[in-house]
Amino acid sequence: MPEVKPRIQWSRWVADKLATIIAILCVALVILPLAAIFIYLVIRGIGSLNLAFFTQIPKPVGETGGGMANAIVGSGVILLVGSAIGVPLGVGSGIYLSEYSRGQFGKLVRFTADVLNGVPSIVIGIAVYALLVLGHHFSAFSGGVALGIMMIPTITRSTEEMLRLVPNSIREAALGLGIPQWRSTMSITLRTAMSGVVTGIMLAFARVSGETAPLLFTAFGNPFWSTRLDQPIAALPLQIFVYAISPFDEWHRLAWAGSLVLIVLIVATSASVRWVTSRGFVAGAQ
Amino acid sequence: MGVGIKVENLNAWFGKHQALYHISMDILPNHATAIIGPSGCGKSTFVRCLNRLHETNPEARAEGKVQVKDMDIYGDGVAPVDVRRRIGMVFQKPNPFPSMTIYGNVAAGLKLNGFHNRKKLDEIVEKSLRSSALWDEVKDDLKKKSGASLSGGQQQRLCIARALAVEPDVLLMDEPASALDPISTSKIEDLIFELKENYTVVIVTHNMQQAARVAEFTAFFLMGKLIEFDKTEKIFTTPADKRTEDYITGRFG
Repeated sequence: MPEVKPRIQWSRWVADKLATIIAILCVALVILPLAAIFIYLVIRGIGSLNLAFFTQIPKPVGETGGGMANAIVGSGVILLVGSAIGVPLGVGSGIYLSEYSRGQFGKLVRFTADVLNGVPSIVIGIAVYALLVLGHHFSAFSGGVALGIMMIPTITRSTEEMLRLVPNSIREAALGLGIPQWRSTMSITLRTAMSGVVTGIMLAFARVSGETAPLLFTAFGNPFWSTRLDQPIAALPLQIFVYAISPFDEWHRLAWAGSLVLIVLIVATSASVRWVTSRGFVAGAQ
Repeated sequence: MGVGIKVENLNAWFGKHQALYHISMDILPNHATAIIGPSGCGKSTFVRCLNRLHETNPEARAEGKVQVKDMDIYGDGVAPVDVRRRIGMVFQKPNPFPSMTIYGNVAAGLKLNGFHNRKKLDEIVEKSLRSSALWDEVKDDLKKKSGASLSGGQQQRLCIARALAVEPDVLLMDEPASALDPISTSKIEDLIFELKENYTVVIVTHNMQQAARVAEFTAFFLMGKLIEFDKTEKIFTTPADKRTEDYITGRFG
């Protein structure tokens, strides 16, 4: 065999390095805004974070101190209601689209979900206001409904996509064992796609956690303690909004702290849900 | 104990395209029957009709009579789910459930049909894995490893164990060794020999040597029609039909 001498092709080397550098630059550009926001929030917000922030309700104008305990709990309540509506309906529709729909009706559902996804959040707020608030009063429940409606299309589409990634051979294996279709869908197809489905749910959750507009005339906000579903309730984004547009420096500082807490709570929720589902995956696999 | 399958005038379609024409054959219990023929001749469609998996494709339908012991599987009021519990299937590509452990895979058919007796499950899982000659390789990792972490050949034997765990009468195998290396293939073939004692085996294969090695009977399919069905020896030495002879001597296909 003739000896082949390795030759360095400089043009190839340059192109390779150039492509790598461009890719790294792109990554940096993506990470930069997120990192900048987070760092800035920490700088501005951390000074106002103390025990009182998490345990006290807002103080009247002029008094210093106070916290956002009611808003943190209120956000939790609204998001719980929202998830209770958005997750089952979203996952259920996603399952329908991927596993059961054949023909025109499925297309209609898919189209509706995409349109709903594009409806501005303030419009959803107004719609829920007209349906649930008019004639009654502002309530935590109506705020939860607004957020739930916003979660549905995102979860529906992501669930559908994730289920479609499950190879058909897995479904056939289940059917071939004489397992009824609904059972195979719930216990095998959905479980195989679980991590992706959960990611979709968390994305929807994170997105609505920071929504302010649909809460303006549903949950409304509340400077006092309330966890009742039929009463107006405080929420972090609402409180941040009110504080940020106020003329008081003390409130501005609290708004920064509130923003920091909101971001950290969202990240913490996503991380812990992922952790739990990834463990449950193995434990439940027996 | 295996049971015989009596197929009478079975026709199958994909949309407007007819995939099987008037298939009639008697498959004997406790024997292996090989289905051979060129690609697209309807071999897979045929076995998928035997456990009503064919119709799960939205375009597909089938008509005819398939008698398995006392049950006409296309009869009125017969649920496909009940048919599939009695007629197990092993597919061309190993398809263990990736989200389940080895144990979970074997137990899936029983558990998801509402069978939860833990002690009995343990027994059945062990028995099935022994029958599929996988037990010794996995007994220490039953609940630790995912079914997908096994090698291709092991995965296929896991799928066989999974099919056996629901204690079917018939085992359909759709080219069970075509994605495997020669060593794994010979393990599967040895296995088919043992399985015949307790099950009726119908195996689709592209590999004529394989058909000759494992099956007592062989059916030759061509363009959706059953051309010849006889003892394997007869098919490979003195076929009655010219087309069978052409195929096995490699003149086409």
